[in-house]
Amino acid sequence: MGATLKSAALKDAAPNGAALNLVRFIAGRVLGALFVLWAVATLIFFAIRLVPGDPAEAILGGPGSQASQEALDLVRRQYGLDQPLLVQYLDQLGRLARGDLGTSYSLKQSVSSVLAAQVPPTLLLASLSLVAAWILAVGVAWWSAGSGRVARAVSSGLEVVASAVPHFLLGSVLIVVFATGLGLLPPVSTGTPIGLVLPVVTLAVPVAGFLGQVTRDSLLDAAAAPFALTATARGEGPSGLFWRHLLRHAALPGLALSGWAFGSLLSGAIVVESLFARPGLGRTLLDAVTLRDIPLVTGVALVSALAYVVVVALGDLAEKAVDPRGQSA
Amino acid sequence: MTILPELPVLPAAAPTRAAEWRSRVMAPRVVAGAVLLGVLAAAVAPGLLAPGDPLAVHPVDAFSAPSLAHPFGTDDSGRDLYTRVVHGASASLLIGVAATLIGTLLGLVLGIAAGVGTRLTDAAVSRVLEVLFALPGLLLALVIIAFAGPGPIPATLAVGLATAPGYARIFRTRIRAVRSSEMVEAARVLGRGPLTLLVRHVLPNALAPVVVLATLGVGQAIVWASSLSYLGLGSPPPAPEWGAMLEAGRTYLQIAPWMTVFPGLAIVATAAATTVVGRAFAGAGRR
Repeated sequence: MGATLKSAALKDAAPNGAALNLVRFIAGRVLGALFVLWAVATLIFFAIRLVPGDPAEAILGGPGSQASQEALDLVRRQYGLDQPLLVQYLDQLGRLARGDLGTSYSLKQSVSSVLAAQVPPTLLLASLSLVAAWILAVGVAWWSAGSGRVARAVSSGLEVVASAVPHFLLGSVLIVVFATGLGLLPPVSTGTPIGLVLPVVTLAVPVAGFLGQVTRDSLLDAAAAPFALTATARGEGPSGLFWRHLLRHAALPGLALSGWAFGSLLSGAIVVESLFARPGLGRTLLDAVTLRDIPLVTGVALVSALAYVVVVALGDLAEKAVDPRGQSA
Repeated sequence: MTILPELPVLPAAAPTRAAEWRSRVMAPRVVAGAVLLGVLAAAVAPGLLAPGDPLAVHPVDAFSAPSLAHPFGTDDSGRDLYTRVVHGASASLLIGVAATLIGTLLGLVLGIAAGVGTRLTDAAVSRVLEVLFALPGLLLALVIIAFAGPGPIPATLAVGLATAPGYARIFRTRIRAVRSSEMVEAARVLGRGPLTLLVRHVLPNALAPVVVLATLGVGQAIVWASSLSYLGLGSPPPAPEWGAMLEAGRTYLQIAPWMTVFPGLAIVATAAATTVVGRAFAGAGRR
């Protein structure tokens, strides 16, 4: 009763209160994002100084380059590496605050321009995979909800396998079957839409398996809840019950896992882009790590951290839209 | 990224359901146990299961498809893949276990610091975890390797460090939950001091699932470590380590898929088996 009264009271104050809540939500997330970005930049800055290895040498092509002392000195002066640590740190933060991510050691071009070229392909791949994963997960849940125990056991077994299979194995098997064996799809993902099919499937299946598992659990809970019985008693058919009443409940834990799904997609993109020879953030990071190109590694880490914060915020918003109950809290 | 599944509750074994319980719950566990025993045997005494030399080269036999002489086929230098997979068990298992140990220990330290410390330490640790979560999964491992350089030891360390935030968050939540439980309240009313409360009551209850979590984590750690090897950042070839074997097979995926498939299946089977066994532990702990 108390809760009903409270929500009624909130509804009166809704226009003002909701706007204020949204402003507060956005302000909180922006502050949180700034903190995360600052922390990631700081962590990486000091980590470089902790590990053995000379940054000047890395700029000139690594320990194998046999750079002369003069060249090393020149590079140190150019990149400000001869300054005191604190000056370098503040300098770095100042440049980041102005949006200057520095110059890639290996590619000799600005990190921002590298990122501008590499973010879109990964964004396309990851968003398509996320959509595909939700379609797969909800589709299987819908199919198995309406069928018997065998179908349920089969689909839950499939989900466990799907969520456990590593990207490199799934991608390799797909290439062997659909590219080498059947010759249906290209083994490398060049710009064409058809080349996207195998990478998207490789990324989507593990996420779908995981979403499917949590979706099924809450779907069964919702189906056993009194409101489902009420809806059926009102004359709602099985598919109407699923789409109009149960899906909302079933989707919630999946939405709460947005941060996790983002991590899986990004980790997967590193492997998948390398496997299918696709350009993108993952491959850029892998090359940067192999060549110890610290500015580029920092740039990719900052972009991913920002993307993570945005994705989690979007997931929270979606959760609020799907489940209006928690909003008075 | 490790997301440790909610520990499942065992269904009550009603007598009428006994047969179904046996087939649905026990059968996977028996299979998983057998797989795990096989992997352990291969790790401890590889010579018994595969007497050959995993590094012996026979260029004449290069790229042989699986046959009776070579059940898993041969690689680009004609090395027998069955022998290599068997001899690779110890390295892959060791990396997985070591990474999980690093991850859980660090997670314990952070989780206990946040769970039992003052509000300030809790806030500080939680902030650090939040930042680490923004670099999910392989990304954090790759960033660590960017500093530590490639190789099996940095890769193990990277996987361990990258899994630590997940463990830390679980331990922190559990410690907080147990601290505010009625049981601890009762002990406090009985006059127990804060240290006794912590050591005798809070920690044993909050940290009981550490074994289960670690078992579940080993499979994940093996998959991650082999992903790093696959990307060329782990064990260098020609070491018979599963991830390194995958990397060697990458180039020849189209002409010799068995070079990828068999080490890959070994990884998946081991990871899946540790997960099933870990869940069985979890179920046993609940009863």
